[in-house]
Amino acid sequence: MTVHDPIDVEVIRKDFPLLTRTVHDRPIVYLDSASSSLQPRQVLAAMDHYYETTHANVHRGVYATAEGATELYEGARRKVGQFIGAPDPKREIVFTKNATEALNLVANSWGRSNLAKGDVVVLTEMEHHANMVPWLMLAESIGLSLRYLPIDGQGRLDLSDLDRIVDGAKVVALSAMSNVLGTINPVPTIAEAAHRAGAVVVVDGAQSVPHLPTNVTALGADFLAFSAHKMEGPTGIGVLWGRAELLAAMPPFLGGGGMILDVSLEGFSPAEPPWRFEAGTPPIAEAVGLAAAVDYLTGVGMEHIVAHERLITTYAIEALHERLGPDCTIFGPPPGGDRGGVLSLAYRDVHAHDLAQVLDQFGVCVRPGHHCAKPLMRKLGVTATARASIGLYNDERDIDTLIEGLNHVGTVFG
Amino acid sequence: MPGLEDLYREIILDHYRSPRNRGELPAPPAHRVEGFNPLCGDEVVVSLDVANGQLRDIKLAGSGCSISQSSGSLMSAAVKGKSLDEVRELIRVFKTMMSVHEASLGDDRTTGAEDAPAEPEPIDVSKMGELAALQGVVKFPVRIKCATLSWNALTQGLDELASA
Repeated sequence: MTVHDPIDVEVIRKDFPLLTRTVHDRPIVYLDSASSSLQPRQVLAAMDHYYETTHANVHRGVYATAEGATELYEGARRKVGQFIGAPDPKREIVFTKNATEALNLVANSWGRSNLAKGDVVVLTEMEHHANMVPWLMLAESIGLSLRYLPIDGQGRLDLSDLDRIVDGAKVVALSAMSNVLGTINPVPTIAEAAHRAGAVVVVDGAQSVPHLPTNVTALGADFLAFSAHKMEGPTGIGVLWGRAELLAAMPPFLGGGGMILDVSLEGFSPAEPPWRFEAGTPPIAEAVGLAAAVDYLTGVGMEHIVAHERLITTYAIEALHERLGPDCTIFGPPPGGDRGGVLSLAYRDVHAHDLAQVLDQFGVCVRPGHHCAKPLMRKLGVTATARASIGLYNDERDIDTLIEGLNHVGTVFG
Repeated sequence: MPGLEDLYREIILDHYRSPRNRGELPAPPAHRVEGFNPLCGDEVVVSLDVANGQLRDIKLAGSGCSISQSSGSLMSAAVKGKSLDEVRELIRVFKTMMSVHEASLGDDRTTGAEDAPAEPEPIDVSKMGELAALQGVVKFPVRIKCATLSWNALTQGLDELASA
């Protein structure tokens, strides 16, 4: 059966200047979007235009460009909020440095004011260190009890014991999509069980928000964290969405300018959310770039992006199996509705670093390593994988070159 | 442009496929030291049997890429049975070949290139035996850390023994 691809990749690719470069005299094959995506020229142009015409600090000056910069920055906040279906986009979107900082904000601000010794925090075995280490740090500091939702043999969460594991938990923190396995987790189901148990649900959306239509209410999230640079935006800005009433009750995370109502020699009173959590001059141009990225993704259509990436992911999994047979192992679920475009690969017993080195000679960019998920790596019984990840600008030819490179690995390592 | 053949020399692939001095020594009496490359997750365990100023035996365990594994294997073959002075000298020469500054071997944060000594002394590769096969690694700066992983652990182990 031929499935219609709703995206014309040739047209999309023209928007991404970096795709025109060569690597070792070959066209670049960018398969590392799970690490960081490329940026379309529309995003770069929006940031240039901002710096060339409007740059000023926000929330401070009364002159025209300062007002213009503030409007662009706050406009970006509203746009990002609408993109993820935030009920109150103006107040619920906090700009951070990245998803990691957003998760640290939750663990430190909400965590320290709502958790005490012995409280239960539930994570999953497939979490990125960004959604694990902040909780481990808090556990070290105040003495939390950590529980983990396990994964099954296909790299899905095993929910057979869900109700018992979340029973009594104060927090359930999980990734909406694994950065190693590509598994799209059933967040609504888990959130429902977590809420029944009285827990707050923290969702790491770093991999899901760039690739799946997102609605925080449908997810059942209380907090959602993601990064701009994985969704065709710039580095240096991330997002924490939090339910308004939760944010309103949280103490500041970082202190400084912009996050206060008043300061005296004896103390301070914090500003309202979201500004309470944005100390210092924020990433203004990056917010403008993120807004342009949201426009770009919305213009292409998130439903179209899902359909296209699913086609390429399915093609990749099938082609790797057909052409490389048992030489190639792909971790994670088979093609289907809960399978995102992250392919962690092993080729024979060749180390991921060596795979990536040989692939680089073919212009193929993949990420070797533990992908900041060492507990998951131990569970999978490997120290590292080579991860090829798919974005809206990838096509079947990229996968063919990946396989050509993997075949050469066999030649080098015999 | 450096090619793959600069990196994956036959000697390297041979030591990768058939690593020498593989395993661990009972510790104590042997001295055991672990090395990690936090970037890629490679791990090495070096066991040292040192007595009377001599490295009587060495074994390596752990897992990693072809460069880290073969470099460890080549290292073990080169230092086993040598006096500690000879071992230290070999480490120094190897560091120079990897263009890693004297002070930075044993420091996981450095990748080598930016810490290269201002005037690297010329080294006589012909005296390095099989270790010379690793000189191509320098052309692939991100892999220098792979090649130095077990050397870092060895250095750390010798330092610990010296200060014990």
